[in-house]
Amino acid sequence: MTTIDQTPATPGRSDATAPRPPARAALVEAVEAAFAGALPDEVVTKALVRDVALPGGAGTLALVTMDNGFDHTKPNTFGPAGLKNLREALDGLAARAAAGEVAAVGLTGKPFIFGAGADLKVAAAGKDREQALMVARYGHEVFRGLGELGVPTFAFVNGLALGGGLEVALHCDYRTISSSAPAVALPECFLGLVPGWGGTYLLPRLVGPDKAAEVVVGNALNNNKMLDGTKAFRLGLADAMFEAADFLEQSLLWAADVLTGRTKVTRPEVSTDEALWEGSLGAATAMADFKLKGAAPAPYRAVELMRLARTATRDEAFEAESQAIADLATSEEFRSGIYSFDLVQRRAKRPAGAPDRGLARPVTTVGVVGAGLMASQLALLFVRRLQVPVVLTDLDQARVDKGVGYVHGEIDGLLAKRRISPDAANRLKALVSGSTDKAAFAAADVVIEAVFEDLDVKKQVLAEVEAVVGSECVLMTNTSSLSVTAMAADLQHPERVVGFHFFNPVAVLPLLEVVRGERTDDATLATAFAVGRQLKKSCVLVKDAPAFVVNRLLTRMLGEVTKAVDEGTPPEVAERSLDALGMPMPPFVLLQLVGPAVALHVAETMHAAFPDRFSVSANLGRLVAAGKTGIWSWDAEGKPYMDDATKALFEVGDTALTADEVRGKALAAIAEEVRIMLDEGVVAEPQDIDLCMLLGAGWPFHLGGITPYLDRTGVSEAVTGRRFLPRGVASVPA
Amino acid sequence: MPGSLRDVVFVDGVRTPFGKAGAKGIYAQTRADDLVVKCIRELLRRHPELPPERVDEVAVAATTQIGDQGLTIGRMAALLSGLPKSVPGFAVDRMCAGAMTAVTTTASGIASGAYDVVIAGGVEHMGHHPMGEGVDPNPRIVAERLVDTSALVMGQTAENVHDRFPQISKERCDAFAVTSQRRVAEAYAAGRIQRDLVPVATRSAEQGWGLATADEPPRPGTTLADLGTLKTPFRPHGRVTAGNAAGLNDGATACILASGETAAELGLPVRMRMVGYAFAGVEPEVMGVGPVPATEKALRRAGLTIDDIGLFEVNEAFAVQVLAFLDHFGIADDDPRVNPDGGAIALGHPLASSGVRLMTQLARHFEDHPEVRYGLTTMCIGIGMGGTVIWENPHHADYGTEVQAA
Repeated sequence: MTTIDQTPATPGRSDATAPRPPARAALVEAVEAAFAGALPDEVVTKALVRDVALPGGAGTLALVTMDNGFDHTKPNTFGPAGLKNLREALDGLAARAAAGEVAAVGLTGKPFIFGAGADLKVAAAGKDREQALMVARYGHEVFRGLGELGVPTFAFVNGLALGGGLEVALHCDYRTISSSAPAVALPECFLGLVPGWGGTYLLPRLVGPDKAAEVVVGNALNNNKMLDGTKAFRLGLADAMFEAADFLEQSLLWAADVLTGRTKVTRPEVSTDEALWEGSLGAATAMADFKLKGAAPAPYRAVELMRLARTATRDEAFEAESQAIADLATSEEFRSGIYSFDLVQRRAKRPAGAPDRGLARPVTTVGVVGAGLMASQLALLFVRRLQVPVVLTDLDQARVDKGVGYVHGEIDGLLAKRRISPDAANRLKALVSGSTDKAAFAAADVVIEAVFEDLDVKKQVLAEVEAVVGSECVLMTNTSSLSVTAMAADLQHPERVVGFHFFNPVAVLPLLEVVRGERTDDATLATAFAVGRQLKKSCVLVKDAPAFVVNRLLTRMLGEVTKAVDEGTPPEVAERSLDALGMPMPPFVLLQLVGPAVALHVAETMHAAFPDRFSVSANLGRLVAAGKTGIWSWDAEGKPYMDDATKALFEVGDTALTADEVRGKALAAIAEEVRIMLDEGVVAEPQDIDLCMLLGAGWPFHLGGITPYLDRTGVSEAVTGRRFLPRGVASVPA
Repeated sequence: MPGSLRDVVFVDGVRTPFGKAGAKGIYAQTRADDLVVKCIRELLRRHPELPPERVDEVAVAATTQIGDQGLTIGRMAALLSGLPKSVPGFAVDRMCAGAMTAVTTTASGIASGAYDVVIAGGVEHMGHHPMGEGVDPNPRIVAERLVDTSALVMGQTAENVHDRFPQISKERCDAFAVTSQRRVAEAYAAGRIQRDLVPVATRSAEQGWGLATADEPPRPGTTLADLGTLKTPFRPHGRVTAGNAAGLNDGATACILASGETAAELGLPVRMRMVGYAFAGVEPEVMGVGPVPATEKALRRAGLTIDDIGLFEVNEAFAVQVLAFLDHFGIADDDPRVNPDGGAIALGHPLASSGVRLMTQLARHFEDHPEVRYGLTTMCIGIGMGGTVIWENPHHADYGTEVQAA
């Protein structure tokens, strides 16, 4: 353990060899002039300074409160004016510190919020590298004041601290954190940047390379995982933790004790052993490779910067960060990243084309036709989220009992994991019942069917349901490829039928394709969107077109890759052909997950609809006929290989393509299909396609879903003659 | 313990610094419930020997029990303080004697064996809840002349006390106020007040966070001349001014009470032992005289006389009301046994919280005066009442022996 000296970090501005940014005053003046009034709608975070007389003779602490004047639903962010406020406050405090007027400086946030980092609009506003570089350097100049103020500085992290909001705390000499802080993270790599205002230098030197890499790379790439206050404290991000009820009071008393020497701050010593650093950072690189296969630069750049942190001076490290930010902020991957972030944060919550919410009918009872696995999973989801009676029906009592038993078992599982209380478990279980008689649906406001994927079967089921339910009961179908319009055609009230297409696993994947049939009315559609929102799913409105969005594009892509294998490309080559995109899984692993039989069924449906673009692979048919679960077997080391029996099934041609060629064909096919879908009006805009692929297929942020990637690689224009999105929407402005 | 009563001891008391009510006051943007929560948490922090689950009750007083002083504030404060959910709580109202009543009511529960340990206190955010907020007096009060209408305006009741006791002049009141201010300033200089304050982070959207570590109301250096110029808002040519009365204030208090045996079991310090208490009613239009009959009653029931009392903490809602009390018992205006560190005229009087402040200060005086065996805390109460609690000093040589018949 190291005892931390009270004196702040030595300013490191005298390094002769470091690449030098312009002199501080010139930089500050230039950036503030360049940005004056540049973002008129910036929500400005103020830096309010107030003197606090510390108890115990510790002197005066100047407390800086970051506050944008709104409540916690609009967190503090740093835009140009906000940074200028902080810069001015810290300059003033540096002068007062030099004059001996203040013994220490503290930094805290408004209630529940410390800081949520850079205003993304600022990051996106920079048009060229030079401007991005200036902003990055400017942020460093502002923040580093906290580490070079001449008196000890304290960050009192009272709540949410993300990105630059956490970095500003890292610049302080000491930190306290609230045990109730809900989210503490450096999410930059998730979006396509690096923590570029000191994070990659300060964090590894504070907590060591292992934990720093976990925060900077691991958590960011793990669906942007956040730490809570307690975990952040345990990780070493803060020197002391206090409860929220009197967090600031206890933090100030602690600061007073640190200043008077009554409390000694100790931290684990961070080794500068090169092998140790290389081990940790190598693991982070391996993690990035596993997730991205090199398809996005940000995490690799972050690893490089953390490697530099071991030996670099502050000046060197901060300048390297600024250079990285300048490169990345103007990168297509980052532009796609913030485009994707905006889609899942905003568009997913306000679905394009959804009717007025007021038209939705209340749902107080739900029916589920079928008691198989899919139906049971739907019943579980509905009862958990809607907390209304859910009735399952099936042909015989044994199936009904099995279905209800499954739901009850899952609820018991949630109870055992303490995800729900015993009372909640009792409540939920009592809400689930089963019957062999569809008359049990009489009171239902919504009935969803999840029976065998056959049009005649579904039509018959819906007719039977219609015979017992009220005239306004909404009938939902979870079909993945059949026509909702055709399914509804012979009903008395076809306007009440809507497609409600979930993705497996139902409880996990956030996308719901809401399918409007030709005759579906607005009240039905509004009810479907309202239910979807209650189920905590992100809904996208799609037209009643074969396989809707996600399955159509995945089938088209798989079709191209499979065709390449059928024609003679080695499966290993085809499998790796899309690696450069950083997809969550390679195509044949996806096939395995979906199941060859389902994939074949969808392929046949699509072939029937669009025979010239969707083929049905004879090899896939043979795979299904042989009862195989996929093309790969796995060896003892977990490596996939094609076993002899599977090889024997395959009949292939003699045209072997390279991985690049396969990828080119697959991307061209996707671009063609997206263009056709947009022309057909399957969804309103390219944004909806991208949202579907982000949330339903897990396609990565750095691709922007898919259309930004097709645009920036020129595939869109080569295949369709034009871009999907204008320049600047998900790309660097022209 | 049916059939016998148990000793009730005062373990510790704390309070927030008191603030001035209003938009410019230190707590203008701080919640009332948060103020009392800071006190409860400070008590628990100071007494790690008290397992939180051993707290049997949390009684919190507030005069206006709505908004951030509503929702059964004792229970809500317990939850917000992080006490186990098994710890119950309730809300108390007896206007200015709210916290005093929280203490006496729970003390009775301790004496009778219903509780071992309680937390009692009070809060009043007069900025958020001005006196009279939302009141709806019964029209019979006027129609049947049940109470003089002046009874509902405390300043007017203080003028009425002047009428009743013509010997108490404005000059005597101002002199008393100057003494109160001086004593508070001296106590601050000696660090005697700060010991029982819990610092409170003060929110201000305009100025950022601050930290309250001292009372806002005191005006050190106040002179008779200063006070002579003040207006008499309650009556033309009256005697009651903002200078010889307590102000409108925000603040909270809390204390730990325990049975004597529980204090011994847990190792809780004993700073006072409750000897007895009484409340008494008077005509509402002269509510300020309430402490006189309340004290007479409490002394009688305890088998003591005023001569047994060596230290007094008299709430200074109005100087005239304190002087009426002192005149009645033949005590000099500047007797050093009375409010030795000053009182509410300087410190402030956040209505329902003040009772525990008196007790906390009396406990400190006991430490400094082992020669004093008994002390009392007393206060006047709106709508015509007084309350008095008599305490025994555990530092006194005879502590624990039988009370001598007077």
